[in-house]
Amino acid sequence: MVAAETVIEEQVVYARPESLRDVPTHYCPGCTHGIAHRLVAEVLDELGVRSRTIGVSPVGCAVFAYKYFNTDGCEAAHGRAPAMATGIKRVNPSAVVFTYQGDGDLAAIGTAEIIHVASRGENITTIFINNAIYGMTGGQMAPTTLPGQYTKSSPGGRDVELTGFPMRMAELLGTMPGAAYVTRRSLHNVKEINKAKKAIRTAFKVQLAGLGFAMVELLSACPTNWGLSVPEAIQWIEDVMVPYYPLGDTKVADGVDALMKER
Amino acid sequence: MAVELLKGNVALAEAAIRAGVEAYFGYPITPQTELLEHMAKRMPELGRAFIQAESELASINMVYGAACAGARAMTSSSSPGISLMQEGFSYIAGSEVPAVVVDVMRGGPGLGNIQPSQSDYFQVTRSAGHGDYHAIVLAPASVQEAIDLMVLAFDLADKYRHLVFVVADGLLGQMMEPAELPPMRPLRSERPDWALTGARGREPRIITSLELDAPALEEVNKRLQAKLRVIEEHEQRYAEQMVEDARLVVVGYGTAGRIAQTAVKQARREGMKVGLFRPISLWPFPERRLSRLADRVDAFLVVEMNAGQMLDDVKLAAGGQVPVDFYGRMGGMVPVPEEIYQAIEGLYAKLPGSLS
Amino acid sequence: MHEEIIFAGFGGQGVLFAGQLLAYTALEEGKHVTWIPSYGPEMRGGTANCTVVVSDEPIGSPVCMHPSIAVVFNNPSLEKYEPLVKPGGLLVVNQSLMVTPPARTDLEIVLIPATEAATEMGQVRVANMILFGALLARQPIVRVETVLAVLQDKLGARKAHLHQVNKAALERGLALAHAQPVK
Repeated sequence: MVAAETVIEEQVVYARPESLRDVPTHYCPGCTHGIAHRLVAEVLDELGVRSRTIGVSPVGCAVFAYKYFNTDGCEAAHGRAPAMATGIKRVNPSAVVFTYQGDGDLAAIGTAEIIHVASRGENITTIFINNAIYGMTGGQMAPTTLPGQYTKSSPGGRDVELTGFPMRMAELLGTMPGAAYVTRRSLHNVKEINKAKKAIRTAFKVQLAGLGFAMVELLSACPTNWGLSVPEAIQWIEDVMVPYYPLGDTKVADGVDALMKER
Repeated sequence: MAVELLKGNVALAEAAIRAGVEAYFGYPITPQTELLEHMAKRMPELGRAFIQAESELASINMVYGAACAGARAMTSSSSPGISLMQEGFSYIAGSEVPAVVVDVMRGGPGLGNIQPSQSDYFQVTRSAGHGDYHAIVLAPASVQEAIDLMVLAFDLADKYRHLVFVVADGLLGQMMEPAELPPMRPLRSERPDWALTGARGREPRIITSLELDAPALEEVNKRLQAKLRVIEEHEQRYAEQMVEDARLVVVGYGTAGRIAQTAVKQARREGMKVGLFRPISLWPFPERRLSRLADRVDAFLVVEMNAGQMLDDVKLAAGGQVPVDFYGRMGGMVPVPEEIYQAIEGLYAKLPGSLS
Repeated sequence: MHEEIIFAGFGGQGVLFAGQLLAYTALEEGKHVTWIPSYGPEMRGGTANCTVVVSDEPIGSPVCMHPSIAVVFNNPSLEKYEPLVKPGGLLVVNQSLMVTPPARTDLEIVLIPATEAATEMGQVRVANMILFGALLARQPIVRVETVLAVLQDKLGARKAHLHQVNKAALERGLALAHAQPVK
């Protein structure tokens, strides 16, 4: 006779972070917003700041981010999340305030707001989703659309002679004296996702340490509007986006180094 | 507190401080800049928030953010800057958070000039942003009234969780006049129970103006409209003089109303039965009282520093019962009592039974 | 008592300050008062003007077409305001910068060489106080002692050293006006 039962204790290896609500999202299959949301939520959990966090949602695909994060949240006008976050933070300095913005929101209509929030060294954290296209309105050219990229408003491919060049926001904001930590990461593979999480963690720690403005730009996939399959889209980030948008830190102010090293 | 000689813009700023404003965000623009400058000095020394923003658009969205966090927040500007803030007004109204905005009006359209005007009447009472709503609009005619209405603005904003304008013009902003400031109110020790403060020990709170479901958004609008009806019921404000036996009532607000007062007194001295009706709340417009006056006067004369904007509201209140005439100056020109007197004299002569 | 006073001149001549000093003094004496700078129908070009209304009654209009008193610091202001002053009103003219003397016969006119007198006193900037003194000599809207007390208060400790020259200028204006026969 052989013992019939072996009791294996259940071990949770993967669960929903407390900072994410248990609701389905509206994001398309293969969209990396879900990954970005999760990374932010994991960081908020790990830092133990969920209950003093206020998130500012953008206009764009992440317009309902406030429904997904299990924190206090509000909805900004298009591009104005950094101004709104400024107002919140200045009257509630102990709150952890973040904006979550796409490329149209942050790099087109809200360019002035993001530059000045960085210029002031406003003590907030910005998560910037760069997927090189307008997602919510259905695939028009973004300020980050790559040269030659086909979109519904650049049907012949983006012609830089007519429409100018894609904006490298991490580099631009990295020049601002008020910015403490600015970096670009990507969500196209596990290794990069892990690096992205580390960057997000640093960006929130910068805020907790009161060092100033922090932004993590995340190269993201939009298979639906790029007209690619999910694997193709992931590959496109690596092959096309990363060469134009090099990954890495563009600003690491004094004191941020130490935060990056600590676990 | 003592009576002191105060400039309108400075009085507005200090009154807001005494009323407990916790955050001011603004952008320099003539003729309201002294207000921002006063805030720049006073707010930091009181440990309160002050930012000179990169634009009026940023200012109003900073106000929106601070308001969502439950702080008494305000901005101030002048006409072109108010135009730029339209987006934020709509979000504030749609989200039902309290906020106070001072508009020291100047001549337009476009860049116009920096002289006094009242040509933002439509902008603030009708079209302060997209969507179906009205802001509460208060219009002082003296430095003392500016102070009193500034304090009231914050209380109304909180009471109704609504956007409140205090509209002055360049003349009132620049004028010095004796006035008395209220004592300093202590700041609120607690944020309201709807404010975003972090979800410690409670469910997260969301403040948004977004509702994609049309039937649900209609319900949101119905609730908003119901609130506006309550405001219309309770917040109509006005001042009047010599209307008891008046055959002709001059209607003017703010600076124009005040200048008209001198002309009305002169007309009385000349034996004409003329009164003055000065709306203090431009929205809700004091139509109840004005339509009662329409039952017994022979005519209204509307005086504004614009091409005739409040004129529409007076006509609506008069309901076609009596003629409504208009005298206005535009482009930053301020009427003097003599010209208003002439308009009174001309209209009075045409009233039924007059000798001419 | 209800006086509508226009002070007009070039920027830098202390025009607005003279008006403010009158306004502060009027308040100190419990009168109703308004002060407005460069606004209203008199607004033209780069000159500095202010209108002060002082009254025993609450003030309606802070602007006026026809002031009862005009204090003109330069010739352009003289040309502009001489025709506007109410009949029987007072016109105080800075004679030093006058080109053509005023011609109206229905006004009380006082010509004061304010810029010269101020220069003689070693401080050209107090010409405004000389003209203000002349105004008070002819139309005592407020008391000189109150003006001096308010002046001291407004100058404060930092500018206390300026009190003496301002006081002297005000008294010089009074003396110059009193010395002139009333026309």
